[in-house]
Order: sequence, then structure tokens, then C-alpha cells
Amino acid sequence: MRSHLGGRLLQVLPTILLVSILVFALQQLMPGDPAVVLAGEERGDPAVLAQIRNELWLDRSLPVQYFHWIGNVLRGDLGFSWRIRQPVAALILTKLPVTLQLAAMAFGIALCIGVPTGILSAVKRNTAWDYAANLVGLAGLSTPNFWLGIMLILLVSVKLGWLPPSGYVPLTEDWRQSLATTIMPAFVLGNAIAAILMRHTRSAMLTALDQDFVRTARAKGLNEWTVVLRHAFRNALVPVVTLGALELGTLLSGAVLTEQVFSIPGFGKLVVDAVFNRDYPVVQGVVLVTACLYILLNLLADVLYVVINPRLRDA
Amino acid sequence: MKASPTALALRRFRGRPAAVLGFAVITLFVVVAIAAPLIAPYDPVATSWTAIRKAPSMQHWMGTDENGRDVLSRVVFGARASLLAGVVSVLIAAGVGVPVGLLAGFAGGRVDAVIGRVVDAMLACPFLILAIALAAFLGPALTNAMVAIGVTAAPVFARVARSATMDTMTFDYVEAARAVGNPPWRVALRHVAPNIVPPVLVQATLAIALAIIAEASLSFLGLGQQPPAPSWGSMLNSAQRFLTQAPWLAVFPGAAIFLAVLAFNLVGDGLRDALDPRRH
Repeated sequence: MRSHLGGRLLQVLPTILLVSILVFALQQLMPGDPAVVLAGEERGDPAVLAQIRNELWLDRSLPVQYFHWIGNVLRGDLGFSWRIRQPVAALILTKLPVTLQLAAMAFGIALCIGVPTGILSAVKRNTAWDYAANLVGLAGLSTPNFWLGIMLILLVSVKLGWLPPSGYVPLTEDWRQSLATTIMPAFVLGNAIAAILMRHTRSAMLTALDQDFVRTARAKGLNEWTVVLRHAFRNALVPVVTLGALELGTLLSGAVLTEQVFSIPGFGKLVVDAVFNRDYPVVQGVVLVTACLYILLNLLADVLYVVINPRLRDA
Repeated sequence: MKASPTALALRRFRGRPAAVLGFAVITLFVVVAIAAPLIAPYDPVATSWTAIRKAPSMQHWMGTDENGRDVLSRVVFGARASLLAGVVSVLIAAGVGVPVGLLAGFAGGRVDAVIGRVVDAMLACPFLILAIALAAFLGPALTNAMVAIGVTAAPVFARVARSATMDTMTFDYVEAARAVGNPPWRVALRHVAPNIVPPVLVQATLAIALAIIAEASLSFLGLGQQPPAPSWGSMLNSAQRFLTQAPWLAVFPGAAIFLAVLAFNLVGDGLRDALDPRRH
């Protein structure tokens, strides 16, 4: 097990290195000279331009710029926002908890919807239940997040007046208000993940229900739900957990638009605002941090896979 | 006489009502997109001061928007941007990803390892965030959005093509093709490539669904189709401002996206089942 994890760790390092190069290379796509953009009114003054280029290391060769940047990143310095004039790392740290709260709630909602429907659809295979669950799942996958958000605002906030249409209150300030402002966006985000989890659970359950130990459990005369939940589901859980963990990327991508629709000041809104303001260091920082989070979660899923599956643990 | 694999797959596909329905819906959307000028009752960009934000009626089946433009006509013309973006960005993604995946799977060894790491790195960046960053830096326009979505979706195609290539390489006829002295490129293109078409086709269909959502998302953010040209995503963006006064503005473009994406997902699922009978 240890060597397996060691091997995975060794694989992760070059991936992270490549991500950093990719993120750095993105900057080269930006049209125009960043120094001119930053100089604003003083863009006609060559001395100012030269000073900016010097401060941002823009006058060095690309490899030198990269090593300078990555050196800072390794020390936890993601640079300065060109627009807000704050350290990018600090900006990300203030916005991350908002999105993490949203993501955690979304994942909880997705688990509550996706796993039971997946089990039901596998147990009642090829019945009306199965077809209905599949259709609802496919519909969930096909609904654009932001449209679902707009429709929910229309129904729940505008027509029924039950929940606020937008805004955000931190959990620490007032947990009730916080839940009221985040439950709709969390549902929107969780909806797509629920559909994916449903599909994973269904196929994992179908495989598990086909196994010999399930037949043995049935032959022992166990109650069908005991067979399904205690025997089959415990085995189906392995792929569900690991594949579920990989949906973080979907969650973060979804958060970008969901936060936009519900005006939630999180990670997604940070990156969209940065993109529109051509605030390059922020975009770079956000992409780098999310990619590293994703890679680490991938690794965690691998570890979890080994921990849950005793056969791999002893290997 | 034994039916060809294609005929068998077609027969299995026809046996799935949901997939056939999806195919019919796609055909309908394609017809609407091509014949848009004939179908749309009004000019999609013609504004009218006397018809601002009118609810759906006999004159305007889907109502009018904040500039008095006919929503139905805009939804009809919007099909062009969405379908075009879906197909073109997937062509770009497959055009870049499939050759790379084929090369990785065929060459193996160090080439495969290097390509594998690059693909991993690209897949680690959240799809939409990368597409937004790319589209923003290339400049807001439908063409740039398509390029951004295509490039971001390419690694998935590389991965699918690679694993299909590695599957195919285990077959005896590939060994035989090598044994009779075919050069590697010929084995790869003539003997391996045709056999990776089915999984790539399934991936392409599902990717069109994703690309349509991605284009709508970018247009919603103002990074895709530019106004006044109609696009479902940008229509939803302006609809958000008039949610209380004109809710119909938000309903129809979103329903169009939903239907188109659902249709491609249904066909993709049907194709996967039809082309891969081993799963059943």
C-alpha cells in the first residue's frame, strides 16, 4: 500500500509542474502589453512603462519569468492583484470559504438525491422506477446550472417569496440567514452532481448485486433490504466514493455561473470579475489553486479507495 | 448472410425509443437552424418601441424582449449559434485530441508518458474556468468561444482515443498487419484508427451536449456571441434583469438549451449502448 501511494505521489509532482507551466503559458495569450494596461493614464510615459516592466519582471526572458513566478508561488506568494491591489493568496483565502460552504452543501444534497435513487434504480432494474430515475438523471445532466438557478429564483423568490433571490450571509454571522441564502444555489450546484452520482451508484450496485456474496446472503434467507444495503451497497460504495470525489471540478466550474446568478461573493465570482478586469495574477492564482486542489483530491480518492477496499489494503 | 457490425449497431440503436426520440429532436433543431429565415416570424434583431416586453400572445408566441424583439424569432436564430458552437468546438477538440491519443496509445513508452502527463495537467484545470480564461484572453466573440471550448475539451478526446487504441492493439489483426511489413504509420492509420471510431463517436455526441452548455455559459457571461446577434445564453443574461416584469424571457431560451442538450445526451447514451454490446 505504501509503495502504491509513493508511486502515485511521484506521478502527481510532474502533473502539478505541468499545470504551473500551463497556467503561466496562458498569460502569453493575453493580447496587448500588460505594462500598457497597468500604466493607465501614464501609458505614454516610457519611464513608467519601463518601471512597471522591471517590477513585474516582464523585461526578462520567459524561462526567467517562470522561475521567478514559481519560486514565489512555492513560498505562498501568488502575486498582487493588478486591479484590487491586494495579495492574490489573501483574496483567494477570503473567497474560498464561501465557495467551500456552497460546495459542501451541494455535495450533501447530491448524495441525498443521487445515492438513494441510484440504489432504487438498480434494485428495480428495468422497471418504470428505473426508467424514471434514469430520465430524471439525464434531465439533471442536461439542465444548464444558470438556467435552473434563474428558474428557481423566479419560482421560489419572485412568485412564492420564500427565499432571498441573491446575496450571501456568512455562517459565522447568522447561520439561519446563511442557509437561506445558500440553499438554492447549493441545490442548483448539487443537481448536476446528483445525476452523476445516481449513474455511478446504479452501475456499481448492478455489478455488486451480480456477485456471489449477494447470492449467498440471499440464500441465507436474509431480508432483501439487508442484502441490498448491508452487503451490496457496502461494496458499491467504493467506486461511488472515489468517483464522487472527482466531481470537485464539476462543482467549481458550476460555482462560477451559480455564484454569478445568485450574486454570491465566492471563488467563481472572483475569477469572472478578474477575467473581465484582465486581472491576470488573480486568474492565474485561481486556476492554479483549483487545479492543485483537484489533483490532491484525486490522490485522496486513491487513498480512500485503498482504505475502503480491504483487498487492496493487504496487497 | 451475416449483418455488418454497422447494421447491427443501427438496429440496436433503433430499438431504443429514447435515443430515436433524441435523434428526431436533433434533426428538428438542425432543420430549424438551417431554415431559420423561413421559420422565424420576425427579424430577430428588429427592435420595436411599441412592442417592448409584451407577454406571449397570438402575434408573438414567446412574447417580446426589452427592445421589442420577437423572442420566438430570436430562439429560432439562436439555434444557429448553439449548434454551430457545439459541432465546431467538438470538431476542434476531436481534431486535436484524437491524433494525440492515437499517437500516445500507438507509440507507448516515453511518448505515452509525456502525453499522459500533459493530458492529466489539462484535465486538472476545471473545464469552465479554463474555457472562460481562454475565451476572455482571446477576446469576446463566438469564434473565440468555440476555440476556447474546443481546446479545453481536447484532452478528454485524447484519453478516449488512447484507451481505444490500446484496446485495439491487442487484436491479432494488428499484429498480422505489422508482421506482413506495413510501416507503423500505415498500421496506425489503416488498421487501428478505424476501430477507435465508435468510442470517439460516442464521446463526440456527449461532448456536443457539453459544448452547447459551455457556449451558452460563455454567452451568458458575455464572452460568446455578441449582441444584437441572438444566442440562447446571452438572451438568458438580459432576461435576468427583467425577471419580475418579463419572466417569459428567461423560460424559452433556457428550455431550448435544455431540449437540445437532452437530445444529444439521449443519442450519446443510445450510441454507447448500440456500439458496445459487451456492456449488456
